[in-house]
Amino acid sequence: MRKQIRTIIIRSMIVAKNSTSRGILALGMLLAANLAWAADYDAKLVIRDHKFDPVELTVPAGQKIKLLVDNQDATPEEFESNELNREKIVTGKGTITVFLGPLDAGRYPFFGDFHQETAQGVLIVK
Amino acid sequence: MLGTGLLVFREVLEAALIVSIVCAATRGVHGRGLWVGSGIGAGTLGAIVVAFFASAIAAAVSGIGQELFNAVILLAAVAMIGWHAIWMASHGRELAMEMKGVGSAVQAGSRPLSALLIVVAIAVLREGSEVVLFLYGQAASGASVLEIAGGITMGIVGGVAIGFLLYFGLLGIPMRHFFSATNWLMLLLAAGLASQAARFLIQADLLPPLGNRIWDSSAILSDHSLIGQALHTLIGYDARPAGMQLLFYAVTACAIALGMKLWGHASPGPGPRAHAAG
Repeated sequence: MRKQIRTIIIRSMIVAKNSTSRGILALGMLLAANLAWAADYDAKLVIRDHKFDPVELTVPAGQKIKLLVDNQDATPEEFESNELNREKIVTGKGTITVFLGPLDAGRYPFFGDFHQETAQGVLIVK
Repeated sequence: MLGTGLLVFREVLEAALIVSIVCAATRGVHGRGLWVGSGIGAGTLGAIVVAFFASAIAAAVSGIGQELFNAVILLAAVAMIGWHAIWMASHGRELAMEMKGVGSAVQAGSRPLSALLIVVAIAVLREGSEVVLFLYGQAASGASVLEIAGGITMGIVGGVAIGFLLYFGLLGIPMRHFFSATNWLMLLLAAGLASQAARFLIQADLLPPLGNRIWDSSAILSDHSLIGQALHTLIGYDARPAGMQLLFYAVTACAIALGMKLWGHASPGPGPRAHAAG
């Protein structure tokens, strides 16, 4: 999918070289680029007061997921999930990106390793 | 204090198990305490530096710096273990014979001890940097000095105790098989570390997972249980491995086994010999 879009972009660039409609082309490329990125599903989690927000995050099945974790606390946390087989440190006031999937439908718990009493959440894949 | 102690314990345990295997594999080597000690020291210093630069590392290479950093140092450890295991395969028998001889001093010769120093340092650095970040967070959220100091003590004492248990357990292996046993343990350790490296590269979206979950044995042995975690470190056990992890595991294990086979019988045998380091 992405490859095809890239090919289309490159071909239209060659065609457009001699044309005057560069503005339209730029717009088209922007749309195409957005389409290409849409191949990844973007999801976001916030950590505040050592808790996840939302506690339950729903994402689509069978699609690669780009999960952004935004730590608004001043202290570091480790985003971890045994079910998702992921672990990544997020520093105080920092953000991280974690790539997941494509996943099968189901419930995938995750937690903050440094504050396990409060930092608990579930990724719901539908 | 218990929560702090448990987290410190889990991290210390992983490093302690690796150090125990390295200690067993260097049994009888003169001055190995200094090598292992230097590795632990260097790893501790490194852990503090890495924790200090955690934000910069995380932000590097458009957000995948942390995964890249972990994967690179894990693969460096794999290379060091592989080098040492292959070297030992060609010299281990002679070492065992020397050790059986009463009063004979074992010559370390040109044995690649520096490779093992790096392995120890990397193990301590990886787990240590997490501990440092965690404790920094605890301190910043107002945990008392007593709570933090108590947690560190509990964690380190517990982790190191299990490391010693493993070490003395390994010493029970008959000398005839000792170095081949520790060598195979090193091989499995390396394969497990390679699998962890693959997991980081998948997480960073640099490698395809080749199947997110080839099997799920978490009902039998969870990654988070003590045994599951010990086996995770020792032989790379993963309750839900991705296909790419299995590929890394198999390729590493086969490459080291092949190296051991190829060079294992090429040694000139007892008598005067030249120690050829790799």
